[in-house]
Amino acid sequence: MEALLIPFLDATIRTATPLAYAALGELVTERSGVINIGMEGIIIAGCLGGLVAAGAGGAAMGFLGGALAGAGMAAIFAFFVLRLRADAIITGTALTLLGLGLTGTLYRGLFGLEGAALGTPSIAPIALPGLSSLPLVGPVFFTQTGMTYLLYLFVPALAWWLARTQAGLALRAVGESRAAALAAGLDVQRLRWGAILFGGAMGGLCGATLVLAQVGTFTEGMSAGRGFIAIAIVVLGRWRTVGTTLAALIFGGAFALQYLLQAAGWALPYHLFLALPYLLTLILLAALRGRAEAPAELASQESWSRA
Amino acid sequence: MTEALLALWDGAFGSSYAIWSATLVRSAPLLWLGLGVALAFRAGVLNIGAEGQFLMGAIGATAMAQVVGRSVPGLVMIPLMALVGGVAGAGWAGIAAWLRQRFGVLEVISTIMLNFIALATIGWMVRGPLQEPTRIYPQSAEIPWSAQWPFLIPGQRLHLGFVLGLLACAIAWVVLTRTATGFRIRAVGASPSAATSAGQIDVGRTVMRVFLVSGACAGLAGAAEVGGVTWALYEGISPGYGYTAIAVALLARLHPGWIVVSAIFFGALEAGASAMQRDAGVPSVVVQVIVAVIILGVLAGSQRRTRVDALRVRAGSRR
Repeated sequence: MEALLIPFLDATIRTATPLAYAALGELVTERSGVINIGMEGIIIAGCLGGLVAAGAGGAAMGFLGGALAGAGMAAIFAFFVLRLRADAIITGTALTLLGLGLTGTLYRGLFGLEGAALGTPSIAPIALPGLSSLPLVGPVFFTQTGMTYLLYLFVPALAWWLARTQAGLALRAVGESRAAALAAGLDVQRLRWGAILFGGAMGGLCGATLVLAQVGTFTEGMSAGRGFIAIAIVVLGRWRTVGTTLAALIFGGAFALQYLLQAAGWALPYHLFLALPYLLTLILLAALRGRAEAPAELASQESWSRA
Repeated sequence: MTEALLALWDGAFGSSYAIWSATLVRSAPLLWLGLGVALAFRAGVLNIGAEGQFLMGAIGATAMAQVVGRSVPGLVMIPLMALVGGVAGAGWAGIAAWLRQRFGVLEVISTIMLNFIALATIGWMVRGPLQEPTRIYPQSAEIPWSAQWPFLIPGQRLHLGFVLGLLACAIAWVVLTRTATGFRIRAVGASPSAATSAGQIDVGRTVMRVFLVSGACAGLAGAAEVGGVTWALYEGISPGYGYTAIAVALLARLHPGWIVVSAIFFGALEAGASAMQRDAGVPSVVVQVIVAVIILGVLAGSQRRTRVDALRVRAGSRR
């Protein structure tokens, strides 16, 4: 049992890490009252940005490059939605198409049809001294890559920032009522710009993590719906930091189950497992009916998007 | 650069073959899909799932053709394929519609999830129940002769699905602008609350029906693609037609008449891009970039205009 359980839990944490980055980024964006459906395009941009920057300057540069690529994509979104007041949902959809198309084109232009495959720097798991020798918990939580450890620090920091700081309060206020925030003298546009760019950088980190810590190379469309799953994760996490992180773990588990059952030589067709995370998204979204506590401005966002 | 653009133009309009066998053939699914997306958007239903509904339609039509194709003449078989394709697409959209009505699940997310599930389903189908008899290739056997949709012009590949698509756009135009149903759809899209209180329109029912019709259009496109173009089912049957359809609908400003023009435009783009990849080595995914840029361009243009209008009505900020 343990021989199966530890690899499964280990894979759960590993696959949940990039999902958590994207979902926490989306969380911050949505708490400011804007839904960014274009997270998928941001993640794939982060994948390619990470690959290119890592090839030029090593893995650390890769993460920086991924974050910058993601933030760049988010800037396009912010410009259209905040400046031109374009429909957020349609802009997000266009951003996804742009990300998928642009990365595909650039990738083939940069690396040809053979691809980059080998020679991509990647980061290896680090066993934390002491902690990693704990039974069960050690091999699962403390033999991960640096990106996972960074997340352990980031989650409480974000929760504290949102709940306890002036800036966090301002962000939440903008998400709950734009009018009240305006009346209180908050710079709504600037807060939303910040939230969207931050969400983009986090989505970019998700992409870079996928390339540099998980897959080891770039393939076209490798984001595989993670951007949309991240949005579902935020709903499942009820727009809370810790909740969102736990929800990311559930989806990490769904992806990990895929690998595990495949490796165990399960008789069911492989493609049914491919569908698993997406099915889970639908089921969980439906199950959460009526209990969602979305920022109030998201609802109004939706209504003006339907013009 | 010039070489690539020339290849693009040649591939789209350079010869009669390019026009009748490439551009218009690729416009056929875009007509149906663009119309489906436009109808949904008109009613405020953000159906991003045309891709999945298309794939389910293609699966349904292929299955139907394989099961009864040999024993039934084309005159029966082709309507049957269209019917099954339409029902499959509507059923797939129906899942998202039901999730929205019953559980309040945002259809943008559910339809995209259903796209991925449809992709997995087709992957399984062509390696399982619908795989060709030798079990080597991940595709279905060729559908029987009677299930192959007729070509319209001798020596060209333009098929029945294109004309049916034109017809569908014409019907949709009349329904939207001249009938009570069309008024209900537009009213619900413009303002659900006003439609309920002032118009006594059953918003839920209207949304549900439009969602199903939108899915049926996409499913029919899938059936027409199998019957008229590929004659077999395989994973790459759609080069992202369902996503291009969003641009088709938006560029046409959700107007069924303009859908024809914008579907042909994007059909030409798709046809030209494959020629460009073949002749000039420019990857055809560049079309996706163009599609995205066009959507953003339309958004920028239309938003600026409505903003000006709003300012004229009440001097002040829009929201």
